[in-house]
Amino acid sequence: MTTVAVKPATMAQAFGRALRDAMAEDPTVHVMGEDVGALGGVFRVTDGLVKEFGEDRVTDTPLAEAGILGTAVGMAMYGLRPVVEMQFDAFAYPAFEQLISHVARWRNRTRGAMPLPITVRVPYGGGIGGVEHHSDSSEAYYIATPGLHVVTPATVADAYGLLRAAIASDDPVVVLEPKRLYWSKDAWNPDEPQAVEPIGRAVVRRRGRSATLITYGPSVPVCLEAAEAARAEGWDLEVVDLRSLVPFDDETVSASVRRTGRAVVVHESGSFGGPGGEIAARVTERCFHHLEAPVLRVAGFDIPYPPPMLERHHLPGVDRILDAVARLQWEARS
Amino acid sequence: MTVMEQRGAYRPTPPPAWQPRTDPAPLLPDALPHRVLGTEAAAQVDPDLLRRLYAQLVRGRRYNTQATALTKQGRLAVYPSSTGQEACEVAAALVLEERDWLFPSYRDTLAAVARGLDPVQALTLLRGDWHTGYDPREHRVAPLCTPLATQLPHAVGLAHAARLKGDDVVALAMIGDGGTSEGDFHEALNFAAVWQAPVVFLVQNNGFAISVPLAKQTAAPSLAHKAVGYGMPGRLVDGNDAAAVHEVLGEAIAHARAGGGPTLVEAVTYRMEAHTNADDDKRYRDDADVEAWRAHDPIALLERELTGRGLIDEAGMAAAREDAEAMAADLRERMNQDPVLDPMDLFAHVYARPTTQLLEQEAMLRAELDAETRGHDDPEGATR
Ligand SMILES: Cc1ncc(C[n+]2csc(CCOP(=O)(O)OP(=O)(O)O)c2C)c(N)n1
Ligand SMILES: [Mg+2]
Repeated sequence: MTTVAVKPATMAQAFGRALRDAMAEDPTVHVMGEDVGALGGVFRVTDGLVKEFGEDRVTDTPLAEAGILGTAVGMAMYGLRPVVEMQFDAFAYPAFEQLISHVARWRNRTRGAMPLPITVRVPYGGGIGGVEHHSDSSEAYYIATPGLHVVTPATVADAYGLLRAAIASDDPVVVLEPKRLYWSKDAWNPDEPQAVEPIGRAVVRRRGRSATLITYGPSVPVCLEAAEAARAEGWDLEVVDLRSLVPFDDETVSASVRRTGRAVVVHESGSFGGPGGEIAARVTERCFHHLEAPVLRVAGFDIPYPPPMLERHHLPGVDRILDAVARLQWEARS
Repeated sequence: MTVMEQRGAYRPTPPPAWQPRTDPAPLLPDALPHRVLGTEAAAQVDPDLLRRLYAQLVRGRRYNTQATALTKQGRLAVYPSSTGQEACEVAAALVLEERDWLFPSYRDTLAAVARGLDPVQALTLLRGDWHTGYDPREHRVAPLCTPLATQLPHAVGLAHAARLKGDDVVALAMIGDGGTSEGDFHEALNFAAVWQAPVVFLVQNNGFAISVPLAKQTAAPSLAHKAVGYGMPGRLVDGNDAAAVHEVLGEAIAHARAGGGPTLVEAVTYRMEAHTNADDDKRYRDDADVEAWRAHDPIALLERELTGRGLIDEAGMAAAREDAEAMAADLRERMNQDPVLDPMDLFAHVYARPTTQLLEQEAMLRAELDAETRGHDDPEGATR
């Protein structure tokens, strides 16, 4: 094969490519959801799939999220690997009974006899100027549900790798797709065989010595930007991209915090009852004697997601992150 | 040809043409529930089938009384009895082929047992030693389902998958009257009809959802009428007439198997016991209502048919009773043994591989249990 020039690809294209490759490799993989056929999904992630694989494998379902996920359960019982697209974060809620009462615990209910290899793709998060019900960060609901794996990529390559791993997994995986990164580009070669990321590994996106920013999904680029800006203040920030919320990579996170001695958790989800509380607790339990300051959180406010003209006040931005870093008790060190 | 090509597409067409609609009349249920026993139609039914149904009804009734007794002895956490509804339970099991799938609700342990499941394994959920006590693939029985109506979309998805694969498999999904108010009932029927999935929905209208009568669930002319709105046929059947239930389900299954799509069957029956052993039905219904249904008991109906036509003799009936007693005795004996529990199972079946967090929690429980054991060995606590 001749070498293909590495061209910039978007995250949406990488998700689409992952679906395509998985479907080409495994005839039991089916894609189903609202508008996933001719339209290619409202975010065009499934663009072209129905042409290649036909309507029986790329199915525009009736508009009913519980029905979509519920029928996916039956399909998985019969040996298929359904990949369900929820159109938007907030429109996945009607499917929660199926997700929580069945999908997440089917393996457990059947004492291991019948795992359900279902992938649920959920575009999530804000920052796209969406009107009401189009910008929720719903990860706290998913991670509070035992039996689900929950992953969320922040790079084009991870979008491909994590979605492939999710589809290959015999357990149900919720893939939280950061909407505002759908059109982000990376130099990524879709024609090169891709390493499939194992689910459950965080990655250090930026090495630093002063403090660790622990983050995921849409907040990763924001944290990287904050880390650049922090150099002017004399801070050398490390950025850990969790990639997987469940399973949680305590090892990578703790190792980083032990090195830096300070940590800030950053996410769009609200702070009360959000993932940051759990992460801060885990870090504190494991790294207490290495910590120079309490673990801080920079999160969305504890409010229903704001209207688009006000969302910039809600979303964790560079300044709010740097303010938190400034509060990490630097004076105590000297 | 894909599933959708087979059904033909709707094209929005402006007036005066509009889009031609199909006539709903053929989908409508009959005015009265279909009956076989005690009618001329009974003569058409294979006497062997009637005898098999009878034996299973007698066995099923005994199963219900034995399970209820086990709740009183503390051997079952709870039992939602299907006493009075055995005709539906048994016919549902017997009408299916080996390769078909059954999707039972919490009330349908008996259907699962009649399909061949080990009675003790079928009661695992209600004993409480695990949730589902069997591998669903073994007898093609889905886990007994408690969240109302949520098993219906599963049946649709499985039937759809089987059809896509070219397998000759039908799914039969069971639900109560109250469950038809749930969104999942609606969504399942809609998906089934749109996909023309080979699935049959059996609603056992036993008059109550715990305490709430059907009048408070729906204003529809009957539950079977709901089928019409989805574009599938609705059938109404006497749920205490085992031959009629078997016939109507059999026709619906044959229709589905032949590619004709789903059917909604409403079986009109009555819950003779309280909702479960923990319920007090005196608070919401009169004994007289229950008594009125005794005259329409499913076993008595079939027995009358069989004896009236000389299709069974006293020895045949005694054999059915003996078989039922033997089943009950075996069930009693096995249920009186404490189940063997392994607390480590709590962590074994959450994921294919336990997360590190679960491994930590497992280690914690193991340490607690070890300490407990040491405490028993050393009641004075001298080693502490
Ligand atoms: C989603 C949901 N809501 C409530 C319940 C509690 N509940 C269990 S059985 C029942 C009544 C159901 O009545 P029906 O569907 O007629 O079935 P039956 O018990 O009569 O067989 C209720 C309310 C439940 N199991 N699931
Ligand atoms: Mg009922």
